[in-house]
Amino acid sequence: MNIIISNANDKPIYEQITTQVKNAILSGRLQPGEGLPSIRALAKDLRVSVITTKRAYDELEKAGYLYTVPGKGCYVAEKNTQLVREGYLTQIEEHMTDILTLAAGCGLSVEDLTEMLRLLAGQDQ
Amino acid sequence: MNAIECRNLTKTYQGFTLEDINFSVPAGCILGLVGENGAGKSTTLKLLMNAIPRDGGEISILGTDNRSPDFLHTKEDIGVVLDEACFPEIITPKELGKVMGFTYANWDQARYETYLTRFRIPMDKKFKEFSRGMKMKLAIAVALSHHARLLLLDEATSGLDPMIRDEILDVFNDFTREEDHTVVFSSHIVSDLEKICDYIAFLHHGRLVLFEEKDRLLEEYALIKLTADQLSELDPAAVAGKKVTAYGAEALVRRNLIPAHFTTERTNLEDIILFLAQEGGAQQ
Repeated sequence: MNIIISNANDKPIYEQITTQVKNAILSGRLQPGEGLPSIRALAKDLRVSVITTKRAYDELEKAGYLYTVPGKGCYVAEKNTQLVREGYLTQIEEHMTDILTLAAGCGLSVEDLTEMLRLLAGQDQ
Repeated sequence: MNAIECRNLTKTYQGFTLEDINFSVPAGCILGLVGENGAGKSTTLKLLMNAIPRDGGEISILGTDNRSPDFLHTKEDIGVVLDEACFPEIITPKELGKVMGFTYANWDQARYETYLTRFRIPMDKKFKEFSRGMKMKLAIAVALSHHARLLLLDEATSGLDPMIRDEILDVFNDFTREEDHTVVFSSHIVSDLEKICDYIAFLHHGRLVLFEEKDRLLEEYALIKLTADQLSELDPAAVAGKKVTAYGAEALVRRNLIPAHFTTERTNLEDIILFLAQEGGAQQ
């Protein structure tokens, strides 16, 4: 599994980890039941704080991507369609938030954006 | 479990007071102590080892009160490296290993030799002929070779070149792969602390100005560049420090209190420390 931590990225490190693990699971690069590195090993290998990797795993577990077997480690949870949908929705929301930030910077209203989206979608038809 | 608990620690020297220091370090973590020269970093480390008497407060190291007689045994579990490695001038690393075998009940000669090889330290060279970097690496090899669970290091990476510093940081990183291994090290090379610490403690004029999880700090704060007018419109609670010049202003801000249309930049530990130190100084 590849995890790239970028300092130029404005996203917090735990979020960079959760996003990349999520993507690996959603795309099938990580299979259900597959073991993940321990919180400590991942932190030391990536050279980031243990607290940060713990936070990333906690979030992934809360969101249903992982499960922990006490004393053994963390594993990828069974993929369910609900989860995949959820994952895409989150990604869409993230992109939309970026769009809103950019729009605010150049004075575009939500109506303008809706119009743009309609046009873009119309081109596909 | 906390490897270190420090409550209401106070120490007064003529013209300097270390005032009411409170912090705890969970086992398995790396704490970086930062602060200007004379801020109290070395004093704090010496107090943790009970090497100097304190005026007040409680310190517990690896679960033992550091003034209790049991602390003598706890010391076996602590590796200490001071700013200046001081071994006898004519001793060689080979002889030093023998001496340490008598000093520490848990001395691990094989591990010591592994570290000497890893650090490329010659076995038969006299200590006085060593460079500063080699002396420091030797001191660290000794600290790591008696199965310590806690490493306390005072300015272990200062005055060393970037390659050796990185090598030493790697050693700390590997050391804390064990869940009950803890490192506390002071440095004024903030980028070193930023690379591997879990927690940052910032001492300023004898007071603990900041004790925070490092990644939280980097998340919480951001840099912003704007005009002086724009700066004055920002929520005062959002601005943690500022620098105003004739051409514009730069400020350290709390990211979540800044309106979304401002462009913020990712900051680093050095900027955070500098801005906060400036504000701290202004308040006095």
